[in-house]
Amino acid sequence: MISANLSAIFYLFSGVLFILALRGLSSPETSRQGNLFGILGMIIAVTVTFLSIGNFSNGFVFVLIFILAGGAIGAFIAYKIPMTAMPELVAGFHSLVGLAAVFVAISAFLNPEAFKLGTPGNIKLGSLIEMSIGAAVGAITFSGSVIAFLKLQGIMSGSPITFKGQHPLNAIILSSIILLIYLLCSTQSPNFFWILLAVSFLIGFLIIIPIGGADMPVVISMLNSYSGWAAAGIGFTLENTALIITGALVGSSGAILSYIMCKGMNRSFFNVILGGFGATEETLSGSKNNEQRPVKSGNADDAAFLMKNASSVIIVPGYGMAVAQAQHALREMVDTLKKNDIKVSYAIHPVAGRMPGHMNVLLAEANVPYDEVFELEEINNDFANADVAFVIGANDVTNPVAKTDPQSPIYGMPVLDVEKCKSVLFVKRSLSPGYAGIDNDLFYKENTLMLFADAKKMTEDITKNLD
Amino acid sequence: MEIDPLIFRLSIFILAIFVGYYVVWSVTPSLHTPLMSVTNAISSVIIVGAIIAGLSGNSDSIFDTSSIFGFLAIALAAINIFGGFLVTQRMLAMYKKKKKDK
Repeated sequence: MISANLSAIFYLFSGVLFILALRGLSSPETSRQGNLFGILGMIIAVTVTFLSIGNFSNGFVFVLIFILAGGAIGAFIAYKIPMTAMPELVAGFHSLVGLAAVFVAISAFLNPEAFKLGTPGNIKLGSLIEMSIGAAVGAITFSGSVIAFLKLQGIMSGSPITFKGQHPLNAIILSSIILLIYLLCSTQSPNFFWILLAVSFLIGFLIIIPIGGADMPVVISMLNSYSGWAAAGIGFTLENTALIITGALVGSSGAILSYIMCKGMNRSFFNVILGGFGATEETLSGSKNNEQRPVKSGNADDAAFLMKNASSVIIVPGYGMAVAQAQHALREMVDTLKKNDIKVSYAIHPVAGRMPGHMNVLLAEANVPYDEVFELEEINNDFANADVAFVIGANDVTNPVAKTDPQSPIYGMPVLDVEKCKSVLFVKRSLSPGYAGIDNDLFYKENTLMLFADAKKMTEDITKNLD
Repeated sequence: MEIDPLIFRLSIFILAIFVGYYVVWSVTPSLHTPLMSVTNAISSVIIVGAIIAGLSGNSDSIFDTSSIFGFLAIALAAINIFGGFLVTQRMLAMYKKKKKDK
């Protein structure tokens, strides 16, 4: 048994290690070491918890069994999961953090003596507020993440689900949460605690269903942030600095990522959260009848010919590349290009894919060196000097309409200046509009050659034709 | 008058938000996915609460309602801790620089 003061110092230390873990991610070289700091911080926190309880009753064995069981499942998932499924995995993990927070809060509510928070029916007011906030946010994180997971996995349709009176309903439920916390604190009645949990689960579900598939980068970041705030709420209840620090770190990390993603789409956070984007715009583009404009389409042979004669090629990957699992085929194509002394770089839009940094991970998986991969601001000026832009699985993020047409729903969104290239190769299965439901002007440009095919198959065919 | 310990914890919390703010802005965008998976892993430090909850039963009954929720939370958090750190490690191992020798 170690003293409360000593364990508090160790918790603080593990909080500092978690800060260093995030700090390590400022560059790929230091990131691996950072991850080790994180693991060390976790080991310290868990060990100190055991030592501070001290009383190793029979329950100790079960704690180890549950840790090992959960750990084995976690490790199995971590090694098996394909990199293309990263967004689903992260959404799933968020839901677990949320649920764990709910369970800890329930446990603390039922047995406050174990946490030194008072007795059942007579819990310290401060602790009760902290605990109910932690439980509510945890429940919202859980059900929201489950919906995000189902949408990403394709079990649930990725298109926004909207209905009349949605926003007033959500507003009523959100205010009822505050009311329930107030009632819970003034009466200490378990009934209010259970209703609070049920209502929080419900609102998490309702908040996420109107948000469409391509807005998932924002949703995942936001849920990341929520899971942090839930952990912090529980941290206050348990008076545990490691949890408070971690909750604050994760909370602000998720908030910053949401901000970056929103900026990448030139939309306000509330615009994304209120949802429904892409649901109404579809009718708009249908009436314009753009389909009849002439399009130049080609085959792998034409594409190979264009690239062979180029001296520099910029590759623009998007979510479609992940869906087609084309990243390995793409890297093989690039290898062949490099053999012919063609300069190749990759341009990544901030919201390409379904989560922040999604494309970077996929390219890294395919052994693309990270110093050939550039962010939008770094590379956008280079398109004017490049010979060929190879757009694979991206759409809206290349649409020049965002710069020219103030009427367009994506007007003002930062886009890659793909059209400035001498020629554009656009791999796509059909002419259908992208997520935003608007036609891409790029398809009809003089210098664009459409390659209608599955991204992976087309890339492989081009590679064959390059030899 | 003494300062409520809550105020100290609140101070830590607020300062940690600022630390988080500056640290996360310095994370390179190409590592945003590992950032999410590692924040997932570290937020599962909530396992410390779960352990306290799991061990809250007395020697007569290890399993009462409260400790069962604790044990479940331990398993959930453990999935996240192992899964989160390992998948982060796996991703980070893939980030390689261009080979100098050609």
